[in-house]
Amino acid sequence: MAEISYRDAVTRGIAQEMSRDPDVVFLGEDVAKPGGCFKATVGLYEQFGGVRVRDTPISEQAILGAAMGAAMTGLKPIAEIMFSDFIAVCFDYIANEFPKSRYMSNGQTKCPLVVRTANGAGSRFGAQHSQSVENWCMMIPGLKVVAPSSPIDVIGLMAAAVRDPDPVIFFEHKSLYNSKGEVPDGEIVDTLGTAKILRAGKDCTIVALALMVPRALEAAERLRIDYGIDCEVVDVRSLVPLDTKTILGSVAKTHRLFTVEENPRLCGWGAEIVSIVADEAFYDLDGPPVRITTPHIPLPAADIMEDIVLPTPQRIVDTIRRSLGS
Amino acid sequence: MSTAKDRVPAGSGLNDDIGEKKRLELYRSQVRLREAEQRAFDLFLQNLVKGTSHLSLGQEAIAAGFAEAMVKGDLSFCTYRGHAHTLARGVPVEKVLGELMQRDNGLMRGKGGSMHLTSEEHGVMGSYAIIGAHLPIACGAAWRAQYRGDKDVSVCFFGDGTTNIGAFHEALNFAAVWKLPVVFVCENNLYMEYTPIKDVIPIPQPAADRASAYGLERILIDGNDADIVYRTAQKAFARARAGEGPSLIECLTYRHSGHSRADPAKYRPEGELEEWKKHDPVNVYRERLKQFGVKDDVIAEIDASVRKEVDDATEACKAAAPPSLDIIFTDVYADGGWAWRN
Repeated sequence: MAEISYRDAVTRGIAQEMSRDPDVVFLGEDVAKPGGCFKATVGLYEQFGGVRVRDTPISEQAILGAAMGAAMTGLKPIAEIMFSDFIAVCFDYIANEFPKSRYMSNGQTKCPLVVRTANGAGSRFGAQHSQSVENWCMMIPGLKVVAPSSPIDVIGLMAAAVRDPDPVIFFEHKSLYNSKGEVPDGEIVDTLGTAKILRAGKDCTIVALALMVPRALEAAERLRIDYGIDCEVVDVRSLVPLDTKTILGSVAKTHRLFTVEENPRLCGWGAEIVSIVADEAFYDLDGPPVRITTPHIPLPAADIMEDIVLPTPQRIVDTIRRSLGS
Repeated sequence: MSTAKDRVPAGSGLNDDIGEKKRLELYRSQVRLREAEQRAFDLFLQNLVKGTSHLSLGQEAIAAGFAEAMVKGDLSFCTYRGHAHTLARGVPVEKVLGELMQRDNGLMRGKGGSMHLTSEEHGVMGSYAIIGAHLPIACGAAWRAQYRGDKDVSVCFFGDGTTNIGAFHEALNFAAVWKLPVVFVCENNLYMEYTPIKDVIPIPQPAADRASAYGLERILIDGNDADIVYRTAQKAFARARAGEGPSLIECLTYRHSGHSRADPAKYRPEGELEEWKKHDPVNVYRERLKQFGVKDDVIAEIDASVRKEVDDATEACKAAAPPSLDIIFTDVYADGGWAWRN
């Protein structure tokens, strides 16, 4: 057991899979010799060599297209898109190619690949380098979508994603790269499609993802201390497949649902969860589900503005306290 | 008005380096593509081919010439104008017409449609309906070959219009820098869809005149002469297999039909089609066979057996059932199903 950073967990997760399987290859902009824009892949080039860890031109379509062609013909590529905002310039592969090839070919083709990308705000980079775009991918049939919140989940879900036979979009949160957590020694393999209850509680369920998970946990602690409200915190981890059983089970116990989402409000992932709960657990609810999100605006760059628009522990505390009437 | 005479590069396919056996295969393939595509059009007019359809009538020499130069294991990546390339790799006519007619006997049982013909067992790795998308994908397949030391070549077919989309340039640069065993084949049929390609490029040739930007040789050939296409393909494949990197080949041709469906192609100047039909690849090749002493009855036998395959396929497709509805929900994910939640 050792404490490592989320950043180092990325390296370790990739290294674990590359050591295990010679078909795993890794490509992206500045990922090899420079070790990545966020230094999340330092040492992989030295460990595995330039044939398996390759720097590419700034050509996001070429990166994802090449990953797909390699995956279709037998490799297990991991492709990096440096900032998740850049998915917009290669969205054809994510929306039209990866997820539809198997279906359109009536099951003839395969596309086992992982696209890992730095998602989310907190770095004061402004509206084109800070977005949370997991919902762009969640809406597409044929994709799988994960977003880990801790170093151990980064490794375990990376392993699960690489071993998965479907295309997986792997959202790392750039504001979590410096965060740390305990990680056991040896191989770590997790399961896609599983949410985790990080804190048990009886008064309400808070469902969160990625950077919003530590914020939800902090808010839950303050709600307990200051208001005696006992929150259950669920880390969704995997948007597709979605572990609705864990979420519905938690709501059945607490009777209240709050989602904490970094994506802008319209069509955020929480809307789908609220819809499922409303459909299937309406009579478990003692009050309306509440979504705590970034407002429907482009993200401002300045720190004091960015800090206000993202859901903060304080906003979570205030929203839940008001909703529960404490 | 463009005519084949003033457009196509000088050079003749007349040379005895290609033996009679291969020449007969090249001829058979072209006739088969012609007959199948003409049948697809007829069936479209009868409302038996549904949705859309993009024909390669007039462009058969390119599909036939490249496919005949490929060996088992080589991979084809096509566009929505992919019927000919799919057939040329040996996929039965019935499978292709069945897919166009959205029957259960279709290549993908109606789940893909005419624009997405795929037959992995024949090396047809898909037909892609988003312009340019498959050029990077072909690079990836070639990267796998390079990585594993496999000797197959990835061949990527596209039209002149594709040369103006970003993925074309990303893929060419990527393939050239990584020296990938991929061959890019531009079928310049003079129209990007309805607009003449010359109206939307600042250079005469959309692909050949861009090759130098990627350190590649400028290759511009008569795409209506299957011998020239075949030889050019062989040379490019040898280069790819030798680890010398990609090639970009521009084939000049002309589509006899409209862009898609029943497009009457009114945007073309009067007489242009007739002029190009004087350089029809099937006629060019039939004359070539005669020049090499192939007897009329040998040619007639090929024509008749192809016609029979297409006729039989047509009848089989007309009799085939529609797809069974239980496949609507299959193969979304690798587990065979579509479940996105527990």
